[in-house]
Amino acid sequence: MSRKPLLDIKNLNVHYITHEGTTKAINDLNLALYPGETLGLVGETGAGKTTTALSMMQLVPDPPGKIISGEILYHDQDLTKLSEHELRKIRGNQISMIFQDPMTSLNPIMTVGDQIREGILLHQKVDMATATKRASDMLEVVGIPMERYNEYPHQFSGGMKQRVVIAIALSCNPEILIADEPTTALDVTIQAQVLQLMENLKKDFNTSMLMITHDLGVVANVCDHVAIMYAGTVIEHAEKHMLYRTPKHPYTQGLFGSIPNVEENVDRLKPIMGLMPDPTNLPTGCTFHPRCPHAMDICQVEFPRITRLNDEHWVRCHLYSADEEVSHE
Amino acid sequence: MSKVMLEARGLTKYFDVPGGKLHAVDHVDFVIHEGETLGLVGESGCGKSTTGRLLLRLLEPTEGEVWFDGENITTMPLKDFRKYRSQMQIVFQDPYASLNPRMSLSEIIEEPLIINRIHNNAADRAKRVRELMDTVGLAQRLLNVYPHELDGGRRQRIGIARALALKPRFIVQDEPVSALDVSIQAQILNLMDDLQDEFKLTYLFISHDLSVVKHVSDRIVVMYLGVIVEMAESQDLFDRREHPYTQALLSALPVPSVDIETRPILLKGEISSPINPPDACRFAGRCPYKQELCDREEPKLREIHPGHWVACHFAGNLVQTEDIIVGGQVVAAEEGEDIDIQELARQEVAPEEDILTEEAAEVEPEDIIEVEEAKSEETIITK
Repeated sequence: MSRKPLLDIKNLNVHYITHEGTTKAINDLNLALYPGETLGLVGETGAGKTTTALSMMQLVPDPPGKIISGEILYHDQDLTKLSEHELRKIRGNQISMIFQDPMTSLNPIMTVGDQIREGILLHQKVDMATATKRASDMLEVVGIPMERYNEYPHQFSGGMKQRVVIAIALSCNPEILIADEPTTALDVTIQAQVLQLMENLKKDFNTSMLMITHDLGVVANVCDHVAIMYAGTVIEHAEKHMLYRTPKHPYTQGLFGSIPNVEENVDRLKPIMGLMPDPTNLPTGCTFHPRCPHAMDICQVEFPRITRLNDEHWVRCHLYSADEEVSHE
Repeated sequence: MSKVMLEARGLTKYFDVPGGKLHAVDHVDFVIHEGETLGLVGESGCGKSTTGRLLLRLLEPTEGEVWFDGENITTMPLKDFRKYRSQMQIVFQDPYASLNPRMSLSEIIEEPLIINRIHNNAADRAKRVRELMDTVGLAQRLLNVYPHELDGGRRQRIGIARALALKPRFIVQDEPVSALDVSIQAQILNLMDDLQDEFKLTYLFISHDLSVVKHVSDRIVVMYLGVIVEMAESQDLFDRREHPYTQALLSALPVPSVDIETRPILLKGEISSPINPPDACRFAGRCPYKQELCDREEPKLREIHPGHWVACHFAGNLVQTEDIIVGGQVVAAEEGEDIDIQELARQEVAPEEDILTEEAAEVEPEDIIEVEEAKSEETIITK
């Protein structure tokens, strides 16, 4: 790799351990976020997208969640090994997060301005007046007049609330912004406004972003790299153009066959057969093999390792993995 | 064109709210032809679902009529309406909330048969339930399971089986795939397509997802704050977007392709209130082409091309009166005439931009061994 990732997740495993059994939420997940770029993390419900994000913030609820193994490297430190005290300095300051639902992630009994100010006071060594000033500036940055500083979340529309959440996340000028389905709850025209805003802010603040979404349309619009998740692992990781033009993993290809595209008229969609596997009882070998049209014998027994197709594209699939002689080496 | 099955005439529903009357659906007129799929799109709160419910008389309209098979079903006594009800069914959005958690799968599908006294004995009903399960692709072993044991896709199949139980001719699909993941969504959309062919069904397909609506619909109705703003053949609507709202809406749709760059036309202003709206265009507050007339007169739906209806005073002759932001670029009002907003909103990306990708495309599985060898030191070995 020519460039050094800002955040590098290596072989992460996260399990939720309950009385009913162990849910393997994240399995050997690898992910790299480069400075100044937006990485799209795409997957269906239960693929482990949110757990991945929570792991980055070290916010996986424990119990039942446990990081079993793996590293999350950020500025040469492994986030999984930091103390709670050290993490607090990073969370919300260097790495911050936008949650999916703007309706529930704001405090209903605190004015929006104060909610933005709270983070600034906590992380920056500034006095109250400066923090208030900075909070009102942040409101303006996200396109809300600062006269509305003293209003409460219920006085705002969904799009406006999401802007407030973005303002909170960006108030300490983080290096990494994790956005968990930031526009899923919004209408398309409002989504367009919010995405444009995030795009502009990313440029202005030079923030790197992890965009979690299930919408391949949003990814095509805003991301530089894409990681496709299935059953707790990233199965394909590529530069955006490569992924859209030459998707390699059968699951990725299946996703593209499943979505109607307004630019093309197809009579029938080509769905992926079967259902998402139960994370408490994952299939052996490649977790996608029961649904895969190209499944081979090896797929049932061996979890595929990463095959690098080039510097910017890798895939976890036996179709592309090297011959046996290479793997013996 | 095939014959008209269902017609809404001046269909209106006002809800009483503390501030006055909420105009959920306001004098809406459209027809649905036998065997077609009419798509109904719009953003949350535009009155899509209310319209669907009014057609089925699940809600009583404030004003206006619904005609089905040449009969006015709005004023008909409920006793007489019953026989129509079995011909008009609905599939609901949320497969988690629309199924009774205390009833098993077979009980849910059987219920309409009992209520409508379709079969007099349990054996016939059980046979019909099994038949319906086959039709929608539910395995027989699921006969006695409860909804909570099933995933969203299977639950939605139950909803569809229940709707089909009475052999309807018309089904309102109220956001039937919105709660489903894309791979499951595609399975359900294909199923609905098959059922439509097999049973000659007519659909009203309500959704906020424009890609899905375009995929399934023959014609599309676009609603905004309780009124129809545009109505046209599906492809025609996408090709000739006449209403400024449709233009903004379609431009904002993220296209899952890297070869087409979409640049959304960003709307300013807030959505106006549907409570006691003035006699004015409801989109005027956000419209970059707004003129003085728009604030004092509500535009009527008119046919601008054959089969293409628009409710805009200036459709076909839009003059930009305010700056528009397209894909982060400001198009000033005075320059408006020189710049085609539609062109700007959608640009094909020149393929030569990405030489890297071409190389990637050439990498075949056989070549990868070499790549693998060359990079063996860097390869992350997982276990």
